[in-house]
Amino acid sequence: MKSARVAYAGALHDAVPHARGLELEDGRVLAEDAVVWLPPFDVGTVIALGLNYADHVKELAKELTVSVKDEPLVFLKGPAALLGHRGVTRRPRDAAFMHYECELAVVIGAAAHNVKRADAMQHVAGYTVCNDYAVRDYLENWYRPNARAKNRDGATVLGPWFVPAADVPDPHALALRTWVNGRVTQQGHTSNMVNDIPSLIEYLSSFMTLQAGDVILTGTPDGVLNVDTGDEVVCEIDGIGRLVNTLADDACFGR
Amino acid sequence: MFQSFPSVAAPPFRLSGVVHGTLLNDPAVLAALGDAVDQPPYKAAPKAPVLYLKPRNTLAASGSLLASEGLEFELGAALGLVVGRSICHADEASALQCLAGVVLMADLCLPHNTFYRPSVRLRARDGSCVIGPRVATDRRDPDALALHLRIDGETVQRISTAGRVRGAAKLLADVSEFMTLRPGDILMTGVAAGAPRVRAGQRFEIEADGLGCLTGALA
Repeated sequence: MKSARVAYAGALHDAVPHARGLELEDGRVLAEDAVVWLPPFDVGTVIALGLNYADHVKELAKELTVSVKDEPLVFLKGPAALLGHRGVTRRPRDAAFMHYECELAVVIGAAAHNVKRADAMQHVAGYTVCNDYAVRDYLENWYRPNARAKNRDGATVLGPWFVPAADVPDPHALALRTWVNGRVTQQGHTSNMVNDIPSLIEYLSSFMTLQAGDVILTGTPDGVLNVDTGDEVVCEIDGIGRLVNTLADDACFGR
Repeated sequence: MFQSFPSVAAPPFRLSGVVHGTLLNDPAVLAALGDAVDQPPYKAAPKAPVLYLKPRNTLAASGSLLASEGLEFELGAALGLVVGRSICHADEASALQCLAGVVLMADLCLPHNTFYRPSVRLRARDGSCVIGPRVATDRRDPDALALHLRIDGETVQRISTAGRVRGAAKLLADVSEFMTLRPGDILMTGVAAGAPRVRAGQRFEIEADGLGCLTGALA
């Protein structure tokens, strides 16, 4: 069963899908827009992959300073970056190129240390959708992608639902797409990951113990375009969810 | 989970378990790179603070044993700024007032001398971030501390927190422009040039007046 975490009427709640929106654990049935959506599970370490779709690598090839190495490009994100479904993300006014990234997020369910790829999927609890924004204007070549470009407040959106692994027969057979203001701008398929989920778990668990609640953001395919203040960005993965986010200007954030 | 970490005698009275590190904040570390700074892949000196995260699997209390797995580590002695009130888009003049205190940190990584890609494999090893024994909440100047680093009882490095590329207030202001620091988070102000190496069988200590003595060992 899909599950969500929401704030409603003064408390945090677990919720499940309902024909009219969602149902809280205490029985209240609410419309989707009546609650504040939070990331759908207690998020631990956020591990992000760069350049994990061959077509996206090609898209960025012009600006890459060195070629793609065999080792996965991994970076970490802090909790301040996290945002729920239907949230609002700040778009800095001086940025010329800020783009969304629709990604399959893999949630770890059991501690993983030195796990081999054949056993890796046993450590997956489930999945959700991520929209992991980047501001390319701020990219620098030190620990790239550097924090100012890629670890921004409210710029890593997760949700709406946590989907248990048992409900997803093949996570490498999912179509994903992004709409900006109702127009499809990005389309891809999880079968095109450079490093698939078992490979990533094997690689990561070879040097760090993954724990329940850690989440792996598996990268994005090509089709990343600039988005502007006021735009509604919807990232969707078949069978996982449809994640909505809106961009707001600096003034909205008191800047 | 964080029971063995020091308590904080000021709001928020606990650590959050979020620890960020700052790369290249000692001018000597950048200077050692020489002309390479302007060459590919870097092409220019860093403008924004260069940060990395020490995820929760790395966190260890003072006195812990780190499994070296036969590898030699670089032992970075650092000062951790412990956040008291959320720091978001702060200005330099007020940033320090949001701190709860400061704490000693041992930031261990596998040695590397290229900084183009985030070196998570080298920085996120289990137990590689040791948090000191006490959070000093007496509002001492974080840019005027002396840290002594000993390996097997011998002094190997004396570090001043002064003279950094960004002092504590400037660092907090620049980081909080894009990333909010929350109560209990720790931001390390950077490892000094010349960090020593440690290997299995060795024990280390980092000490500073009023901050106690952080200890650790490699198995």
